[in-house]
Amino acid sequence: MISINGLSKVFGNNVALREINLKMKKSEFMALFGPNGAGKTTLIKIMSTLIAPTSGAVVIDGYDIREEAIEIRKRIGVISHETYLYEDLSAQENLQFYGRMYEVDDIEERVSDVMSEVGLSPRADDLVRTFSRGMKQRLSIARAILHDPPILLLDEPYTGLDPHAVATFDRILEKSDISNKTVVMTTHMIGRGIEMSDRVAILRSGEIVYDVPRGQIRDEKHFKSIYESCIGEEL
Amino acid sequence: MRRCLNIAWKDLRAEFRTKQMLNSMLLFSFLIVAIFGFAFGPYPERIERLAPGVLWVAFTFAGMLGLSRSFASEKEQGCLDGLKLCPVDRSAIYIGKAISNLILMFIMEGVTIPVFIVLFDYSIPNLGEIGFVVLLGTAGFVFVGTLLSALTVNTRTREILLPVILFPVLVPVIVSAVSATTKVLSGVLNILDELRILGTYDAIFFIVALLIFEYTIEE
Repeated sequence: MISINGLSKVFGNNVALREINLKMKKSEFMALFGPNGAGKTTLIKIMSTLIAPTSGAVVIDGYDIREEAIEIRKRIGVISHETYLYEDLSAQENLQFYGRMYEVDDIEERVSDVMSEVGLSPRADDLVRTFSRGMKQRLSIARAILHDPPILLLDEPYTGLDPHAVATFDRILEKSDISNKTVVMTTHMIGRGIEMSDRVAILRSGEIVYDVPRGQIRDEKHFKSIYESCIGEEL
Repeated sequence: MRRCLNIAWKDLRAEFRTKQMLNSMLLFSFLIVAIFGFAFGPYPERIERLAPGVLWVAFTFAGMLGLSRSFASEKEQGCLDGLKLCPVDRSAIYIGKAISNLILMFIMEGVTIPVFIVLFDYSIPNLGEIGFVVLLGTAGFVFVGTLLSALTVNTRTREILLPVILFPVLVPVIVSAVSATTKVLSGVLNILDELRILGTYDAIFFIVALLIFEYTIEE
């Protein structure tokens, strides 16, 4: 489903990613951990076609990221700490806009379905600027799943959410048929990441230094000790 | 094209709701015309020589306010990446933005011209020809301005940088538009040379923008 070979990204003199190799099967959920500046967001941005790699190949669902970016964009949904929502449009108008951009069939019905999926139907006509951070992030999930993509890329989706909003966010993700989707999630929330994933990896200074199936991790404490030895810093 | 119109619809819907850009553009153009009005008095001699300068200064300076916000508002709301994630050719984003900028410019110009007529007590002759010159001049202004607005969106001093790099590129448009407007207001309707320059400029910059837009919004 996702194949990354020898991927590197350089910004000026700063090497953000070094020779990343990664293969993901269909419906696999990978949690990607790492300290700030490790290259997690850069990796997600390259996979989502937002930035071009310096070298290496990325193939998603059979499409090359350099040659067939539009085909890849049709197949991915991105949830990040930025919601990509227009503050001066209502929740419904935002989804209608994105629905038309993705050429979603029967937009009105699909928008209504995803709005109720994320529990925002009563606020459909309210401007996004009146929403709390948690509500915006729920609407951001609706935006990302609107075109029913087989691949979800989640870049630190819990940033700025309170514990209640985090729980709501997880519940909505589970409800949105996430088990049938291939998911890459970067996060600093180790417990959440381990709980949701079936594969965990650690990125340090642009390199994947640890990558194992979730079954090899006994518990959160065990993973924290692995993380600390990989990163060389205490959590 | 449907998706270009969708982007323009989204921009205009948000703009007509807040009227942040439109109000600023209208106020600014009104101020320019009013200041010139006070400076030259209500019945200046040879107004047909004065009017093109006043009008095009108002159009370009007020238009600059709108252009500078075109991509900056996307960036500030964190929506530029959302747009770039949509499965469309990046040039569709450019066309959508250019359409919404054109509509805002035409609204501003549609208000500025009557204000000018009232303040200077001047009845503009050959309105059809003037309208055609304004249409071509505005198109050139918007085609280049939208491209450069995207180019400067990732810089910290974008509001300052945009006019600094835009006005030199706009010289052929402004010179031709002012010259054509002067001729039409003086009753000379042979403005084919100016229209040729404006039309060629518009076509060249529209095509160039479509070709290079993808690279201008890259991070």
